[in-house]
Amino acid sequence: MHELSLVASAFEVLEEKAREHGARRVTRVVLSVGVMSGVVPDLLVSAFDSYKKGTIAEEARLEIAAVPVKVRCPDCGGGAVREEADFSCAACGSRRVEIVAGRELVIEKIDLEA
Amino acid sequence: MTVKTLTVARDLLATNKQAAEAIRAELRRRGILGVNLLSSPGSGKTALLEALADLFRGRHRMAVIEGDVETERDAERIRRKGVPAWQITTGGACHLEARMIGKVIGEVPADIDFLFIENVGNLVCPASYDLGEDLRFVLLSAPEGDDKPAKYPAAFLSADAVILTKADLAPHLPFDPERARAEALAIKPGLEIFTVSALRGEGVDGVAGFLVASLDRLRSGRA
Ligand SMILES: Nc1nc2c(ncn2[C@@H]2O[C@H](COP(=O)(O)OP(=O)(O)OP(=O)(O)O)[C@@H](O)[C@H]2O)c(=O)[nH]1
Ligand SMILES: [Mg+2]
Ligand SMILES: [Zn+2]
Repeated sequence: MHELSLVASAFEVLEEKAREHGARRVTRVVLSVGVMSGVVPDLLVSAFDSYKKGTIAEEARLEIAAVPVKVRCPDCGGGAVREEADFSCAACGSRRVEIVAGRELVIEKIDLEA
Repeated sequence: MTVKTLTVARDLLATNKQAAEAIRAELRRRGILGVNLLSSPGSGKTALLEALADLFRGRHRMAVIEGDVETERDAERIRRKGVPAWQITTGGACHLEARMIGKVIGEVPADIDFLFIENVGNLVCPASYDLGEDLRFVLLSAPEGDDKPAKYPAAFLSADAVILTKADLAPHLPFDPERARAEALAIKPGLEIFTVSALRGEGVDGVAGFLVASLDRLRSGRA
């Protein structure tokens, strides 16, 4: 349940970017959220909506793009998107896979209004 | 009214990661092994630290940073073992963040071997926050059930070692240590797995041996 502290860090970024670009308002925020990031998208949206009041992003919409778990296999060189918590290689079954996606929490882009 | 889309590509945990890297560098410079302990509430983190304090007494020096939502209780338990301890109360937050550790790190004596950080009891949120540790332990106690690794994969995935605690209770419970071990290894094949009973002092020497070997590695790799 640390969605609120993540939203607080997101707002630091929003304010910094708005200042840098002389924007008056932020109207959209696009976030990539890995399914293994430990964050619940719905809770993130609620936290965002309660945090934004009285800020430069007061009317901003938060869009969340869920990022599935993707693994890379050092044994066969395969790479695959996996469902849920399956951390094996889809091609050869190896369990020594490296997780290359699915844990991110990234502000991808924002819409700024001058 | 012009709207422009700006590419930001900023990791929300970047600030925490920076603070964590600074702590890791500082601990390595001092030759201290940092260990972050994660588990559900009550899995036996403080009990394990108390048992390690008994085992290391006179041989290795340790200090503990305790993270809890409220109260100074865990730090007091550790101090009763003659070990320096700092309590961080998060006042509601479900995890420790690196900058909270950064505020305390200056007070930690330079001549210790191990700095343990006991995270807030929670098997979900702390997994996302690097505290600048060199080792991460995830504890799983027998009463919680042997099916927990697959239910909390992020924590187990982030671990270096898993410690199955309260082993003395396992015979009284439908807890199969082999299943817990297999589930944890299915998530992360390289995991070290230990079984301990802090109550009986059993298995704690295995964890201590792993810590000492890790400390030796850290110090021999030092520039
Ligand atoms: N039977 C048994 N009980 C244990 C063992 N280790 C801890 N306990 C008991 O489990 C309870 C919780 O132990 P703690 O060490 O406080 O657990 P914790 O993970 O530090 O708890 P929080 O800091 O509140 O998350 C206490 O009542 C301990 O006495 C053990 O090896 N065997
Ligand atoms: Mg405790
Ligand atoms: Zn493979």
